[in-house]
Amino acid sequence: MTAEFVQPDLMPALPEMVMLAMTCLVLLVDLFLPQEKRGFTLLLSVATLALVIAAVIAVAPVGAVSSFGGSFVLDQLAVVLKIATCAVTILVFVYSRDYLADNDIYKGEYYVLGLFATLGMMVMISAHSFLLVYLGLELLSLSLYAMIAFNRNSLSASESAMKYFVLGAMASGLLLYGISIFYGITGTLDLNQVGISISAQFAQHPVALGFALTFIVVGLSFKLGAVPFHMWLPDIYQGSPTSVTLFIGTAPKIAGFAMAIRLLVDGLGDLQVDWSQMLLALAIASMAIGNIIAIAQTNFKRMLAYSTISHVGFILLGILSATANGYASAMFYTITYAITASVAFGVLLVLNRKGFEAENISDLSGLNDSNPWYAALLAIAMFSMAGVPPTVGFYAKLSVLQAVVQIEMIWLAVAAVLFSVIGLFYYLRVIKVMYFDQPLPEQTTTIKEALDVKLLLSANSLSLILLGMFPSTLMAYCILSFS
Amino acid sequence: MMTLTLSHYLILAAVLFSISIAGIVINRKNIIILLMSIELMLLSVNLNFIAFSHYLDDLAGQVFVFFILTVAAAEAAIGLAILVVLFRNKRSINVEDIKELKW
Repeated sequence: MTAEFVQPDLMPALPEMVMLAMTCLVLLVDLFLPQEKRGFTLLLSVATLALVIAAVIAVAPVGAVSSFGGSFVLDQLAVVLKIATCAVTILVFVYSRDYLADNDIYKGEYYVLGLFATLGMMVMISAHSFLLVYLGLELLSLSLYAMIAFNRNSLSASESAMKYFVLGAMASGLLLYGISIFYGITGTLDLNQVGISISAQFAQHPVALGFALTFIVVGLSFKLGAVPFHMWLPDIYQGSPTSVTLFIGTAPKIAGFAMAIRLLVDGLGDLQVDWSQMLLALAIASMAIGNIIAIAQTNFKRMLAYSTISHVGFILLGILSATANGYASAMFYTITYAITASVAFGVLLVLNRKGFEAENISDLSGLNDSNPWYAALLAIAMFSMAGVPPTVGFYAKLSVLQAVVQIEMIWLAVAAVLFSVIGLFYYLRVIKVMYFDQPLPEQTTTIKEALDVKLLLSANSLSLILLGMFPSTLMAYCILSFS
Repeated sequence: MMTLTLSHYLILAAVLFSISIAGIVINRKNIIILLMSIELMLLSVNLNFIAFSHYLDDLAGQVFVFFILTVAAAEAAIGLAILVVLFRNKRSINVEDIKELKW
């Protein structure tokens, strides 16, 4: 058996190649830098991400281009999500700097692992075969395990790294088992071919297909953090260094959304009736458990973890409606949620100082008296997560609910709104603590603030209002991705 | 003389997979057993892929197995590294001692 080797078109993968080359360069340069010049590594990493964004824009095709035998695809969806991922990672890197320095973990490895994780996310976003989805996912996960355990002397960090590792590896195993059954039924790994083959043999193997689909959905919901596969998420958010929590809580959500779309919509679109039912149960449980348990939390990071779970429920609502509008609104929701979460964790990072780890909600009390500007920025993020107009969270929720109403599941939309109202309680409690409670003695000292972090955080937070008032540009890109 | 069919391999892989899941879920003793269960899980998936690849006469499945083996090696390295860090901080690798973070 001889196969003709065809030189693949490398251009669509140019951003990934730039990213890989630059990450290796960062790794090498960082080795020769003394500790006081560590800022150069940060500068180089941010430059890398900016360069990758430029490369994505430069190679952006009009329609969709596929390469490497169909296993790599560059379409409108990939372009938008890759730009969003890299932009959010830039925010993460800049916000983390002072926290890392204060905790004596200001090392180049943080940036190198972060860049490798971003490369994994970009591969996941463009993947169009089971093999590439798996490899991208593992590159992301392995980097994240190492990033969490990065603070070697912290007990809670190493414990949460171990938990994430065991559960993450188990989720990958479940996903792989599902993939292996699909490979057996369809005889191919390419998602296009899988889709064609499934629609041809749907009547022959309904049980086997449903069996394999269950494994895929379980693996996916582990990675996204949907109830009942959410148990790792609060522990990992709380135990990780806050700079790593910021990273885990933002960019990988975008990649997880892309993975769900590639696997469920592109590959297994013919099984839509089955996976919509599964996602329906997951979405309702996520919104209910996430919003209700978040009320009982005193730790701010843990509260945000449960809030993430409820937001994942909303994203799943958009996907399960299985219309172009539904996918577009879920995409809009994911991107804006990543931007909102980076403000919330960013403010928390600014409040951290040497010897004082701000992570409880009570640590925020009286923040308005000591730092009114940061209190305002955090309040905007909380309003956006709760879905209060004119912030972007309102529009994102509205468009997802519209998609749900369009498929005539009014009761589901009503349930989603009710759970959001429950969620309003704990977001508003944070605002009440910041504005109406007495400041703690250790909170009265003014925080040291770097100008670049302050400017970026302000722009990031104000963009939530701007996107809320003028959502049409981003929404147009999202709709274009699914037309 | 019984011939081995595809379903024999699939049943063996499913049994191994179930053992590995049980090893992760009901294990209350040692973290190293968790790592072993994870390896077993990946190997059972490999068995599935190779069986399908042989009976479908398609090479893609065997290529996938090489990638899974490579990733499993990297995963084991990172898992053991995290275990060493955890043991330094905790002086224990008992699953029941990992209870710093709850609710």
